[in-house]
Amino acid sequence: MNILIPIKRVIDYKVPVRVKPDHSGVVTENIKMSMNPFDEIALEEAIRLKEKGIASQLTAVTIGTQACQDILRHAYALGVDQAMLLETDKSLEPLAIGNILKAIADKTDAQLIIMGKQAIDDDNNQAGQILAAKLGWAQACFASEVNIEGDSATVVREVDGGLETLKLQLPAVITTDLRLNEPRLAKLPDIMKAKSKTIEIIPVSDLGIDLPEQIEILETTPPKPRAKGQMVGSVDELLEKLRDLM
Amino acid sequence: MSKILIIAEHVNGQRQPAVYHCVMAAKQLGDDIKVLAVEANVTAENAAAYIAKLANGYTHILAPANTFGKNILPRLSGLLDAPMLSDITEIHDAATFSRPIYAGNAFTKVKIKSKQVLLTIRPTAFEADKTEPEVEKIQITEDLGLSKFVKLEAHTSDRPDLTTADIVISGGRGLQSKENFAMLERIADKLNAAVGASRAAVDAGFVPNDYQVGQTGKIVAPKLYIAVGISGAIQHLAGMKDSKTIVAINKDPDAPIFEIADYSLVADLFKVLPELEEKL
Ligand SMILES: Cc1cc2nc3c(=O)[nH]c(=O)nc-3n(C[C@H](O)[C@H](O)[C@H](O)COP(=O)(O)OP(=O)(O)OC[C@H]3O[C@@H](n4cnc5c(N)ncnc54)[C@H](O)[C@@H]3O)c2cc1C
Repeated sequence: MNILIPIKRVIDYKVPVRVKPDHSGVVTENIKMSMNPFDEIALEEAIRLKEKGIASQLTAVTIGTQACQDILRHAYALGVDQAMLLETDKSLEPLAIGNILKAIADKTDAQLIIMGKQAIDDDNNQAGQILAAKLGWAQACFASEVNIEGDSATVVREVDGGLETLKLQLPAVITTDLRLNEPRLAKLPDIMKAKSKTIEIIPVSDLGIDLPEQIEILETTPPKPRAKGQMVGSVDELLEKLRDLM
Repeated sequence: MSKILIIAEHVNGQRQPAVYHCVMAAKQLGDDIKVLAVEANVTAENAAAYIAKLANGYTHILAPANTFGKNILPRLSGLLDAPMLSDITEIHDAATFSRPIYAGNAFTKVKIKSKQVLLTIRPTAFEADKTEPEVEKIQITEDLGLSKFVKLEAHTSDRPDLTTADIVISGGRGLQSKENFAMLERIADKLNAAVGASRAAVDAGFVPNDYQVGQTGKIVAPKLYIAVGISGAIQHLAGMKDSKTIVAINKDPDAPIFEIADYSLVADLFKVLPELEEKL
């Protein structure tokens, strides 16, 4: 079984994000970038499926600029067999991402796509579901447990009401939640080896795919600040302050 | 003219409160509003395929920004090739919306150029509409055979729902164990509050996953939010910083949670919680 793992390069989750003074976006210059944390979980799950002998070929793919090669090298160091960069300078809309990933799913003959439930930059939580729709495949979003048996997958999903179990017919798209697994760290020798691996680079414009542009970003602003709070010295003082609220 | 469709969730035939917030948002767009209800155990594949067939003519299709809406609506977006905006917090006009990005550390204002747009509505950003909307329950008979609902392990409690409670008391890693969480629960019961948690508390198994508040958990905005033994990582703040009043109890005076708290108590929670329980 071939697994496709779409990944995204985002501002590292530990870095405080700042809005540019002219409100044209957020500051990304000289800021640490990393693989989206949910995508690391997706990669880990795919690698485990390969270790169990369930998956044969793992392909990591990202869409973005040349700079995104670093997360693909990281994916190589962790254990994927193939890495692809769909190169573009544009920030693409979710439907365009869906169209591109569909083409790559076809090209790599994927039977399973595992990806993060959301990227922590745009927080959209859309790409996996859009891709599943475009492929006409089953979907299981926010997975916290995945079991593959033959041509079906049993997935436990984290939903607002608790834990939901679904049984999917493969091929399918699974999006990962935080508790699916704990991603391993890359080993130094593997990081060294990953440096010489080939990344297949395909300009997005060469794919001849429709890239809808229907969302115009007008401005990006910081959140409204909260009024400054105060210290209380004791439980009694706290209860006094909260008297009207409880 | 706007023509609006709201996709609402029913659990065993029961309306879920998020629909009232969607109706409030819809009313800002126009008054031609239809509400369709889908049972929670209908798969996203079957629900989206069904809705796609009747979606023609609607300018806006709304669903709540919770795990129900986030599952179905993007799939519908893919089927209709209509763009979707997630987690809308403000409606400026029928084509212009604001939404949080980067865990709420920035907001983006966007304009839609298509005839049809799909929106998930952040329930805490819109008041609940007071009227009972007319709801059409859809009976989905066609099964695409792609996936099957097996079961839901629901965690039932007599406490108010986390997303709609007036008071939420949340615990973090500082609570140290499941047993200690019971202290919070007793206080919650005295206050008629819901209990929430940080990711670290859920990961450690102190409480079930559906307690998690944050960027990737539930978004809450109660009148009073009490954070106990929670450091205040941006991913947690993203889920609660719109609460009216925030109380933080933490033994570390430098904990980031204090930067957004209205009332900060630097103290050991194991001393504070028993005292609170006694004095309430
Ligand atoms: C992609 C991603 C998504 C995430 N999504 C979420 C999310 O949705 N929600 C979420 O909460 N987190 C989320 N996180 C995790 C987040 O980054 C933090 O790791 C988490 O919120 C920390 O939980 P905590 O505050 O309970 O634990 P810690 O950061 O370990 O803080 C524990 C606190 O307890 C205090 N404490 C300890 N003992 C006592 C005592 N006796 N008395 C008083 N205080 C005490 C300590 O001083 C400390 O401040 C996410 C992370 C990532 C990478």
